[in-house]
Amino acid sequence: MNIIYMLLGISVVVAIIFFAAFIISVKKGQYDDVYTPSVRMLFDDELVKTNQAKNSSDPKEKSN
Amino acid sequence: MVTCYHCGENCIDEIIQYDEKSFCCSGCKTVYDILNDNDLSYYYDLERAPGNSPKDQEGKYDYLDNADIVEKLLEFNDLNTQIISLVIPSIHCSSCIWILENLNKLNKAIKSSQVDFPKRSIRISYNCEELSLKELVILLNRIGYEPSISLENYNKKIAEVDRSLIYKLGIAGFAFGNIMFLSFPEYFEVQEFWLDQFKGLFRWLMFGFSLPVVFYSGSDYFISAYKGIRAKILNIDVPIALGIAVLFTRSSAEIILNLGTGFFDSLSGLVFFLLLGRYFQQKTYSFLSFDRDYKSYFPIAVTRLKNSVEEQIQVYKIKKGDRILIRNEELLPMDAILIKGKASIDYSFVTGEADPVMKKSGDKLFAGGRQQGGLIEIEALKPVQQSYLTQLWSNEVFSKNKQSSFQSLTNKISKRFTIAVLSIAILSGLFWLIYDPSKALNVFTAVLIIACPCAIALAAPFTLGNLLRIFGREKFYLKEASVIEQIAKIDTIVFDKTGTITTNKKNSISYEGIELTNSEEEILSGSLRASNHPLSRSLYQLLKKNNIVTPDEFLEHTGKGIASTYMNTSFKIGSADFVKTKSTFTSSAMVKKPEKTSVHISSNNIYKGCFTFSNAYREGVSKLFEELRAKKDLIILSGDNDGERKNLELMLPRETKMLFNQQPGHKLEFIKKLQQSGKTVMMVGDGLNDAGALAQSDVGIVISEDINVFSPACDGILDASVFRKLGAYIELSQNGIKIIKWAFLLSLSYNIIGLSFAVTGHLRPVVAAILMPLSSISIVVFTSVATHLFSRKLSII
Repeated sequence: MNIIYMLLGISVVVAIIFFAAFIISVKKGQYDDVYTPSVRMLFDDELVKTNQAKNSSDPKEKSN
Repeated sequence: MVTCYHCGENCIDEIIQYDEKSFCCSGCKTVYDILNDNDLSYYYDLERAPGNSPKDQEGKYDYLDNADIVEKLLEFNDLNTQIISLVIPSIHCSSCIWILENLNKLNKAIKSSQVDFPKRSIRISYNCEELSLKELVILLNRIGYEPSISLENYNKKIAEVDRSLIYKLGIAGFAFGNIMFLSFPEYFEVQEFWLDQFKGLFRWLMFGFSLPVVFYSGSDYFISAYKGIRAKILNIDVPIALGIAVLFTRSSAEIILNLGTGFFDSLSGLVFFLLLGRYFQQKTYSFLSFDRDYKSYFPIAVTRLKNSVEEQIQVYKIKKGDRILIRNEELLPMDAILIKGKASIDYSFVTGEADPVMKKSGDKLFAGGRQQGGLIEIEALKPVQQSYLTQLWSNEVFSKNKQSSFQSLTNKISKRFTIAVLSIAILSGLFWLIYDPSKALNVFTAVLIIACPCAIALAAPFTLGNLLRIFGREKFYLKEASVIEQIAKIDTIVFDKTGTITTNKKNSISYEGIELTNSEEEILSGSLRASNHPLSRSLYQLLKKNNIVTPDEFLEHTGKGIASTYMNTSFKIGSADFVKTKSTFTSSAMVKKPEKTSVHISSNNIYKGCFTFSNAYREGVSKLFEELRAKKDLIILSGDNDGERKNLELMLPRETKMLFNQQPGHKLEFIKKLQQSGKTVMMVGDGLNDAGALAQSDVGIVISEDINVFSPACDGILDASVFRKLGAYIELSQNGIKIIKWAFLLSLSYNIIGLSFAVTGHLRPVVAAILMPLSSISIVVFTSVATHLFSRKLSII
């Protein structure tokens, strides 16, 4: 039953890893704006499509 | 009516057909063109008509050539990379996010751009060797996303985001879960060899987890309780801090002396739930700002004329005697004397007076006025900080923190509660001291633990937090949850007139004089169409448009009117002085109405008549006043003249008091006097002229036609479209207070159950571990259900 020391140690370490991940994500500002990413993730596919369209057609760059 | 493919507005003036789509103006068409050319037409697939018409930008951003100013605006500047955060109020949908995050398709020099939707801001990183800040801002403006750059941005320190609450909540939640897990074996009190073996280790692990909970997550409660006691106030944090301290010391003592498991699970659960309530209450509308001052309205730079050379200087650098150029639609940042040009100054910003004032060379102009018309040259009388308008902000009301003087319902009840709990603890402790001294300390601490007012402390945050969200959904945005408690107490409501109970958009127009023939009306519409004056625009929109003709000759006299010729008819449209001909001096047809805004018309030098604009009142004003009159004193406090008095008297309940010609300072004093006579005052206003009154009042509410446009410092912003619901909001706030009181009763009954265990000396950790989360959760459920039931009424209106 001494294995419980090891199991406890593992469970606490795993918990602390997740906890550290949480702290880091807060620190990096991931919780500052919780709305925009939810919209942004829906764009990605469409972005690729327009990119391809652009590459296949004659790339006319109209920079300012 | 055809709507614009780009911006979705009705095409009123003209319809431009292009690429099989219709556009309301060439601006919108241009944006479409730019986006289409750059393969960004997905913009229109995401949302229907997502765009904004670009605004005129001629010379507007010249100040961005000034390196000093640019430097102050930038967030990061190194070699060839610059990073800037800009607030763009017109960001409103997913298309906006998409296009702004794909700016690099429009210009290769832009490296990346990221939108923060709740803040309506964008952070752009770009190569400054290829693209200057000015070009970047112009690019944004060209696609209809005009950034707002005002004096406020100048020298703004990047505010450190305070994330400590999230950390504290995270730590408390983490520890709560782990401690619950570790204390589980002991809940069942099974006698098992191996469990007994590991008991000590489990207990010390729990102790370890509880340390950061008490000393970090719970630190705010100790600080607040300490401050409260020093100020001789028994706030709600006093019994909470006492509860946490007793829980921790007793639990530690128990495991050190090997007497029991302690209450670490209840302890961390308590702190976790309390912080959760705090987090829930802290709903903020980051795209709105509730504490703006003149700085957010003022330009960051002006054009100074020095030795007949124009240069852009920062407004704080204006010295007395400087010659300044002010263009159409620009704001005067300081008091000045008019030197050259025709000034037509719109002071609606400062005084609430809607009509522009004409000024001659040599007249004094005041800060906050907006020039309408051509270019003027002025001489500064005072530096910016000393002008009349900015002086208003030196009034002490603006530095006082309104909320600190307010005692919340929770804190009121906590005083009695704390005294009651302490006396029960002492009495039962004394009883056991005589009866069975070994149990005395046990009972004393158990009472303090179980009576810890977790549920009471949660009642207000969850009720108010819920209401705050409900109000937000219904377009009533409050600065913070405690404002709701204030609203519930209001007995007097003071309304501003212009822009508050009247609309800025719709004007009702009446015509007096000789009836115009069809052809005359056509010429009139045609002439008005070409003019950009606000009155011409509103008149044009209200006239019938059959055959619009283009006048042969057209001349706009700034600040006076329009002269136009079509076929053989010459038309004069404009102010009385401009239109009047010799014949009209004798003509009685021309009635002078100084207090009303009117546009006079003459054709071939014969006076025809005038269109009179009158304020259009918001929908439901009379009904709202009727609804409120029974319970509240109603007062109209207007900066305008009393031209509308008769109209108002007809519309509003008789007992409504009306005061006109009130300067901003007067308004503030008036509110102060009301408060001194014992009233709790809500001020409902809209402009800067109400700023003092809004700050002085117990609750300052700003009415806004467009919530993205800046409004003065206030406690709440009400969207103009729901103005008529104001009464219902006040009622819901009062119901919110009722809900809190019921929740107090509910949590007190839990306390009584818990106390019966504690006083008799039977409080086991498992009972505390069940009671405390149960009471907290039932309070959360009760307040959420009750607030939503009460608010159902609101959406029906």
